[in-house]
Amino acid sequence: MKSNRVLRMVLDNTTFVIFVLLFIVFGLLAPRFFSVKNFENIISSASYIGILAVGVTFVLLTGGIDISLGSNMYLSAVVFGLLLNNAELPFVISLIGCLATGLLVGSINAFIVTKLKVVPFITTLVTMTVAFGFGILLTKSTAVNFPDSITLMSTHKVLGFIPLHIFIFVCVVLVASVYLGYTKPGRQLYAVGNNEESAKKAGIKTVPLIAHAYMISGVCAALGGFVSITQIGRVNANFGEGIEFQAIAAAILGGASLFGGIGTVFPGTVLGTIMVQMIQAGLIFIDVDIYLQPIVQALIIFGAVLIDSFRITQLKKLERRHIMKV
Amino acid sequence: MGDKILEFVDITRSFFGVKALEKINLQLKEGEIFGLIGENGAGKSTLMNILGGILPQDEGCMLLDTQEYKPGGPSDASAAGIEFIHQELNLFMNLTVAENIYIHNFPTMQGTPIIRKREIIKRAKDLLESLGMEIQPTALLETLAPGERQMVEIAKALSMDARIYIFDEPTTSLTAKETTGLFNILKRLRNEGKTIIYISHILGDVEDLADSVAVLRDGKVMGSGPIQDFSIDKMISLMVGGSFKQIFPEKKSIPQKEKLLEIQELSQSGTVKDINFSLHKGEILGVFGLMGAGRTEMARMVFGVDPYSDGEVYIEGEKLPKSNPMASIEKGLAFVTEDRREEGLLMDVPIVDNLGMVALPDFCRNYTKIVNGKQLNEEAEHVSERLHLKATNLDVMPAKSLSGGNQQKVVIGKWLLKTPRVLIMDEPTRGIDVGAKYEVFNIINDLADKGAGILMISSEVEELIGVCDRIVVMSRGEIMDVFEKEKFTQEAIMRSAFRQGMIATATEGDEDEIK
Repeated sequence: MKSNRVLRMVLDNTTFVIFVLLFIVFGLLAPRFFSVKNFENIISSASYIGILAVGVTFVLLTGGIDISLGSNMYLSAVVFGLLLNNAELPFVISLIGCLATGLLVGSINAFIVTKLKVVPFITTLVTMTVAFGFGILLTKSTAVNFPDSITLMSTHKVLGFIPLHIFIFVCVVLVASVYLGYTKPGRQLYAVGNNEESAKKAGIKTVPLIAHAYMISGVCAALGGFVSITQIGRVNANFGEGIEFQAIAAAILGGASLFGGIGTVFPGTVLGTIMVQMIQAGLIFIDVDIYLQPIVQALIIFGAVLIDSFRITQLKKLERRHIMKV
Repeated sequence: MGDKILEFVDITRSFFGVKALEKINLQLKEGEIFGLIGENGAGKSTLMNILGGILPQDEGCMLLDTQEYKPGGPSDASAAGIEFIHQELNLFMNLTVAENIYIHNFPTMQGTPIIRKREIIKRAKDLLESLGMEIQPTALLETLAPGERQMVEIAKALSMDARIYIFDEPTTSLTAKETTGLFNILKRLRNEGKTIIYISHILGDVEDLADSVAVLRDGKVMGSGPIQDFSIDKMISLMVGGSFKQIFPEKKSIPQKEKLLEIQELSQSGTVKDINFSLHKGEILGVFGLMGAGRTEMARMVFGVDPYSDGEVYIEGEKLPKSNPMASIEKGLAFVTEDRREEGLLMDVPIVDNLGMVALPDFCRNYTKIVNGKQLNEEAEHVSERLHLKATNLDVMPAKSLSGGNQQKVVIGKWLLKTPRVLIMDEPTRGIDVGAKYEVFNIINDLADKGAGILMISSEVEELIGVCDRIVVMSRGEIMDVFEKEKFTQEAIMRSAFRQGMIATATEGDEDEIK
């Protein structure tokens, strides 16, 4: 019984345990890793992936998945650029157009998953390809360059000390945390992810609930794209490529389960995102061959999923049916 | 006790031509606890599902306060003040106790979707305290013990403030202390004028608790009235009836001395405790128990699907490795599982492939390991003839095209290709018609005649008495008694399963458990 409790504590806090372990390992291998500048960089690059990861956390909570994130981010960014450059619309209108595009792709996912009952993986695989296709179609696969006014935004400090992209990330995390932790639809999302049948029996309207998770994920993809644009000022055809896997890996490293019903935005997904960035930075610090890095990144994702399934089976074991009165 | 609140008038309901309920007439009064008892399949659940709006009746009507009551679904039942506390839990393991209680109807701050967390915690705390439960409203449900979860389900129903509560076997996962607590709650609710329908297999509880009782058997009311008129003896004899309805084929051979399967001190915390028995060559050994007695769990451990912490299993004197179904099959063990659809068959796959599932390696050619389809087809035809399988085109028709009885024959057939020494059969006759049952019994007899040993788990006493050489009775994970053929009586076996009398074999530590 006692060893069960210890095991349970480790399983419930795998994120934190791995975080601390990685931190120590990188620190020991490369003492320069512990520098303020490095941490600033890690947090900065975590911000846009973090926004995507928060969005996909909603979908993961329902037991679904959204792999259209990266393409959605690309398409939304292209729309943003075209509205701003070609249509010469004001910044705010263009940004709304950008977010609306993300919402549209998310809504299509939501419709196909909840109404046409196609499994989420296939659904978002299709929208991933289609959204990318539209992006290429609109740009003829040329890069979209953004005016300096956009890139200058990244140097803007909110309240004089918080960089804009980090400010946006913090806002997203705050709103999402309150939403998931304290509101009616938020808590019901956990119920649906735990057991959809029971949720229906308990009178929860599961269809709109699952649908809105995909829509939130879509908007977050577009917003993440915008944040990334402020930092790099240019959108070419490989913008957002493979980002969905980093985001999903971040959410899962942060404790979200692919089986649904488990996961938090804070500390979970935030910690997971920082961890993914920390690993990337750490690999550079310990001089891992740049051509090896994609492989290592893939291994991180694999490790995350492995830990997840191990955790689930272990938790199941701890909950095995007890019919005898103890 | 107050006025009449609910009346069932001539309620009849059939499933596929079989009458599950036949002209049920019952009356319930306001402020009483109404015990509803009967064997598995007697029609209790069907009747309650009709009341709860889950099923419609074919004929008859229900009167609530002398008005006709016709629920179109569970929500209508709720609206009419009827709450059904199901045996299986409808809870969310990843939410807190308070969230689970109010999940369907969170109170929120005006104009926002934000939940009044403090309010639900306080309300849940008050509710749980008033029920005498020491459960923290902020605790995650998955951290609670099974009994506590059950209590949360009950609290959830009570938060609805209904007039009639239906409790379906509420004590199966409760400890003795929790059970006492629940009974106090039920009595208090009765005193507040609520009506409670209490379904239970524990007749002692019904006797202590109920004001009135109704006994169902085969979809009919065998008797009903004030509890004073019903002794436990009378309840049991009404439940089991006196006559045998079924005919069983005669078994020619008698068990031999040789032990095929021997189980020693099999234990797994929370599931089974100190299981000891042996199965002889040519013997049909029945395992009887109520739902949740641990029979299926025990069978799964023996076969190697689930692990066990202590004890040993021997096949013909050789120790069987733990948790290794492959090894079990190699040693000649077969397991006809309870659930045909989920565990026994691949419903969309041709019959031949279902039959060949276990023995497939035997039909592979040497070296290449390519399946010899012709040989497999021939053997499948052979088995299908032996089982009188009513099917054509074994290699084309999927398993789901067969009737329930024939599906069951396929499940048995897939093991016959392997010529097993010991067959474990979990509810082999569930959901199949009388004719198919007879044929299944014939197959079992035939196997026993040829020297196999059969461990037959069933919830129907009559069929075990009709078929078996010995019967083991389990209750709450333990063996209560072992009956020899000459001592088979329905009453004695039921009593043992209900832990009523014949408790000489129970250990001392269990005394407080026996009510």
